[in-house]
Amino acid sequence: MLSWLLKLPPFDYRAPESLEEGLGLLAAGDGDARVLAGGQSLIPMMALRLARPSLLIDLRRVGGLAGIRVDAAGMQIGALTTQLVAERHPAVRASSPLLLEALEFIGHPAICSRGTVGGSLCHADPAAELPAVALVLEAELTARSLRRGERTIAAQDFFLGPFTTALEFDEVVTGVGLPAPPQPRGSCFLEVSRRPGDFAMVGVAASVVRNGDRVLDLRLALSGVGDRPRLFALDELELDAQAAPESLFKVAGRSVGSRLRPHEDLHASAAYRKHLATVLTERALRKAYARAPIPGGAAGA
Amino acid sequence: MLESDGRPQGPLTIRLQVNGEERKGEVEGRTTLADFLRDQLGLTGTHLGCEHGVCGACTVLLDSRPARSCLVLAASAEGSLVETVEGLARKGELSRLQRAMWDSHSFQCGFCTPGFLIQAAALLAENPSPTEVEVRCALSGNLCRCTGYESIVRGVMAAVEGPEPAGAGPR
Repeated sequence: MLSWLLKLPPFDYRAPESLEEGLGLLAAGDGDARVLAGGQSLIPMMALRLARPSLLIDLRRVGGLAGIRVDAAGMQIGALTTQLVAERHPAVRASSPLLLEALEFIGHPAICSRGTVGGSLCHADPAAELPAVALVLEAELTARSLRRGERTIAAQDFFLGPFTTALEFDEVVTGVGLPAPPQPRGSCFLEVSRRPGDFAMVGVAASVVRNGDRVLDLRLALSGVGDRPRLFALDELELDAQAAPESLFKVAGRSVGSRLRPHEDLHASAAYRKHLATVLTERALRKAYARAPIPGGAAGA
Repeated sequence: MLESDGRPQGPLTIRLQVNGEERKGEVEGRTTLADFLRDQLGLTGTHLGCEHGVCGACTVLLDSRPARSCLVLAASAEGSLVETVEGLARKGELSRLQRAMWDSHSFQCGFCTPGFLIQAAALLAENPSPTEVEVRCALSGNLCRCTGYESIVRGVMAAVEGPEPAGAGPR
């Protein structure tokens, strides 16, 4: 083959049989090695020369990194679980409506069949869905390295900037835990993009705890509005929890919009992103509220 | 084994099944599955458009799921089952989907057609009677710069609704 006709820059390729072996290669790579999961973000970045690792460590042979299990503590998703498998998984469909709704927005079919949950979180694209969901669901990422062993990183501490996370160069995310919510809640994920599967101009993940006909608590995260997904809690938005929900959602939308300084690009102006954030926040909260179970009463729609 | 010792890394030997045949080749780490199919196996029906996962022209079935062959390293596909557009027809007989898209003039220049065919075949394999909206959603990751998509969607819908042509199974 004529190697000068190949699109990707040259690199060494290894497919270790065990995580330990992979972690050893990663540590020895001294920051110049990258882990390959589904490759749906890293390979395009290499094609565009935005990334030029000298070594790719393909985890496809490492067992135990894919799969989903649920117990009393919550849901554990293996890092190599593809977005397609997660979307179709009975446990996700039964017990994580917010994750399910977000997965339905991710990528085109040929992307989701390869792209992984862990890969999307570690790629940390500011417009991606899963980081926003991880923030709202208070996800905990499990990271492994030879030097430090295993540690848990809260989603809130994980996303540091565009394509930048709290992971050290020698660490691999092995899974993500979604703790069972302390109180029953309703949730909703909404986004606006040009075509189904395209990157969102703005996305909103919302979760609401209800107390009768009032909002007891809410948590929101927005994607596509800055250098990383942005989390908002009830008190931060200076909302009056005693207000009628309808007016609270409107105020919340305006409050979120006024706190954002979104960027401008080919797809949307900063003003349009602000508008979307305002409107989608209001809509997502309204829907999450309507879905939230009423304590002591019948479950919401 | 794929691993080689020392640097620079030598060629990697891979084995995989392509359109039902066992194939073997030597690749570089950076050789994509699309490069391997086209340059080593001569299966040039898989078209390379953007080469960074945007246009969908290079879509193949990888272990029965649609995947962009420009975003899969050939080495990563070792041991996999690959189906390309060349595998759609049986014994020179167009598949029902191919015939429907032929009859509906679902292409102009034809560059994007292999990707659309594979993506639509994957959809129909899973959901033999999709709605038009489901077809549009499934095809939303494939770009065509000529047709405006109407005839492509019409072609796929014709494969859904049309009578079974003799000698060709539904794909």
